[in-house]
Amino acid sequence: MTILRSATSATSAPRSVTGLRSAQSKRAIITVLGWSVALVIFFPIFWMILTGFKTETAAIADPTLIFSPTLESYQDVQARSGYIRFALNSVAVAFGSTFFALLLAIPSAYAMAFLPTKRTKGTLLWMLSTKMLPSVGVLVPIYLIFRDVGLLDTRTGLIIIYTLMNLPIVVWMLYTFFKDMPKDILEAGRMDGASTFQEVFFLLLPLTLPGIASTGLLSIILSWNEAFWSLNLTSSKAAPLTAYIASFSSPEGLFWAKLSAASTMAIAPILILGWMTQKQMVRGLTFGAVK
Amino acid sequence: MATLQLRNITKRFDDTEVIKGINLEVNDREFVVFVGPSGCGKSTLMRMIAGLESATDGDILIDGQRINDVGPADRGLAMVFQSYALYPHMTVEGNMGFSMRLAGVPKEERRAKVLEAAKILQLEPLLDRKPKALSGGQRQRVAIGRAIVRNPSIFLFDEPLSNLDAALRVQMRIELARLHDELDATMIYVTHDQIEAMTMADKIVVLHDGVVEQVGSPMALYHHPCNRFVAGFIGSPKMNFLPVTLTGVTPDGVAIRLPGGGQRSVPVDGAHLDPNATLELGVRPEHLVLDEQGPLSGEIKVLERLGGQTSLYVQMDDELITIMADGDVAYRVNDTVHFGFAPERAHLFDAGGQALPSLEQHPLAGLTRHDNRGPSSPSEEPA
Repeated sequence: MTILRSATSATSAPRSVTGLRSAQSKRAIITVLGWSVALVIFFPIFWMILTGFKTETAAIADPTLIFSPTLESYQDVQARSGYIRFALNSVAVAFGSTFFALLLAIPSAYAMAFLPTKRTKGTLLWMLSTKMLPSVGVLVPIYLIFRDVGLLDTRTGLIIIYTLMNLPIVVWMLYTFFKDMPKDILEAGRMDGASTFQEVFFLLLPLTLPGIASTGLLSIILSWNEAFWSLNLTSSKAAPLTAYIASFSSPEGLFWAKLSAASTMAIAPILILGWMTQKQMVRGLTFGAVK
Repeated sequence: MATLQLRNITKRFDDTEVIKGINLEVNDREFVVFVGPSGCGKSTLMRMIAGLESATDGDILIDGQRINDVGPADRGLAMVFQSYALYPHMTVEGNMGFSMRLAGVPKEERRAKVLEAAKILQLEPLLDRKPKALSGGQRQRVAIGRAIVRNPSIFLFDEPLSNLDAALRVQMRIELARLHDELDATMIYVTHDQIEAMTMADKIVVLHDGVVEQVGSPMALYHHPCNRFVAGFIGSPKMNFLPVTLTGVTPDGVAIRLPGGGQRSVPVDGAHLDPNATLELGVRPEHLVLDEQGPLSGEIKVLERLGGQTSLYVQMDDELITIMADGDVAYRVNDTVHFGFAPERAHLFDAGGQALPSLEQHPLAGLTRHDNRGPSSPSEEPA
C-alpha cells in the first residue's frame, strides 16, 4: 500500500509542478490584462477628477500631472447652480424608476420562469429587441405625448420613461435568477399551503435577493447615467445631474475645469454606491455563470 | 385516515402520453410503493396525486371525494421531495412550522407542534439550525418533520432516500417503516429501488411505460410475477431467462426441454398453450442450485465472493446466467459447473412475455409487512 502510494506520488509530482507553473503564468497574464483594461477604462474618470481641481487655464494647457490643486472650479460651479436640487432629482428618478421596474418585472419574470408557454422565449427576445430601437426614433412622438399630458419636465415623466427603458433588462436578469431557483422549493411551499403571492414573498424573494439586489443596482446606475431622455424631456424643475453637467457646455464656451468639477460631483454618488456594492454586483451578475 | 382511488388516470405532455390509464386503490393506512425504471411515470403519477400536476383525464379520489380540482394544500396531503426542498433561509423550526405560519397558527401552538414532531424524529437539538448546517440524513428528517406537522391524511414520498449514502439509506428505511407504524398513516412512496419497495411496502405497484404492470404484496410479486418485466425487475440479482422448448402439457404442469437437453415439468397452467409456442424459463439466481447431476451446465466467467454468498456468472450458449451459491464454494473462473433448480421455483413466460399462472400459490404470497409483526405488535399497545 505504501509502495503503491509513493509510486503514484512520484509519477504525479512532476506533472503537478508543471501544471502549477503554467497555472501561475496564466494567472499572471490574466492579472496584467485585467489591470490594463481597468486602467484604460478608469483613465478618463481619473483625468476628469484631476481636471476638476485645475484652474481653467491649467485645464487647457499641455496635459500635466503636476499642478497646484484648487477648489476654484467647485466654488464656481456651486455658485452658479444648485447641485443639491439636481442630485435630488437624480435620486428620485433613479430609485423611483427602479422600484417600479422591479414591481412590474418580478411578477412577469415569475410567470416566465415558472409557468412558461411556447411563446415565453419569443416574448423575452422581443422585449430585449426593443432595446435595439434608437431612442431618437421615438423622441418626437414621446415628446408630443408628454407635452399633451403635461409630463414634460416632471419627475413622474422621467420615472415612467426610465421604468420602461430598463424593464427589458430587469425582466431578463430576474428571469435568469428565478430560473436558477430549485422548483422543488416553490412546490414544497405550495404543498405547505402558500398562495402564489406568499410563495413569491416568503420563498422566491428571500432566496433570490442577491440577484434582485444586483438587478436593482444596475437599474439605478443605468437610470442615473441616462442622458438622452433627461436632456430632451426636462429643463429645470425635474432636471437630474446629467442635465446639470450638460449645462456647463454652454454657448459661452466650453469650461473644462468647471465641466469636470460638475461631472465629478455628478458621478460621485453613483461611483461610491457602485464601489460599496461591487461584491454584490459581481456576485449577482455572474450568479448564473458560475453555477 | 384516508383511502385513495385512481380511476383511469392519464397524463399527456403535448403529444406524449406518459400515464396511460391507471386504476388503483390505496387502502387506509397502507404503505404503497410505486416502483419502476426511470421514465416509467411514477413521479408524474405522484405529482398528480399531490396536485402539482393536473391529470389530463380520469379521477383522483381521496376518501371517495373527487379532488382533481382541489389545490395541493387543500388535499390534506404532505409530500417529501427527493431533493428535500427545505427552505434554505429558514431554521429547522421555521421549515417545519412554515405551513402553520401560512395558516396563521399562533406562535406557541406552532412551536408545540414542531416540538412534537421533532421529538418523533430526534430533531430537538437542531431546531435553530439552518438546513446548510445539517447532514443529509438530518435534512431528510426535517423534510419528513415538515410533512408530519401538517398531520396529513396521506404522506407522499418522492424517492426520499436516493440522495443518501448506502448505510444511511438502510437506516432511514428502517426509520420510515417505524414511522409508518407509529403514525398509522397512509403512505405512498415512489422509488426506482426494488429493495426499498420490497422492504417497506404493504403493496407494490410496478409501473412501466405509463401502465401498471402488476400490483401486489412484495412476496406475491417475488413469487408470482405476472410477466417477464416484473419478474426481471423485482428481485436482486435479476432473474435468469433461458429459451426452452415446449414438449407437452399435463394437468400437473408444462413439460419443457432445457438448452442442454434435460427435461423438466414446471407446475404452471399451460392449458391454453399452442403446441408450437416458444417459451422462456425464468429462474432466480438464488433458486439455482449447484448440482453435479443438474441438467444445466456452463463455464464460470466471473466469480464474486461476497463472504456469505458467492455470485457465479456462468456462460451458457448466448446467456450469462447468475447463480447465488454458498459463500464457501471452491470453484474458480473457467471451471465448468453443473446446476439445476426445483421446478416449483421456476417460471415460464410465453412469447408475449406473460407468465403462465402457477398451479399453486406460494404460502407467503399474501403476506404484507404488517403481517411480519405478528399478533403482539408494538403499535397496538398504548403509547
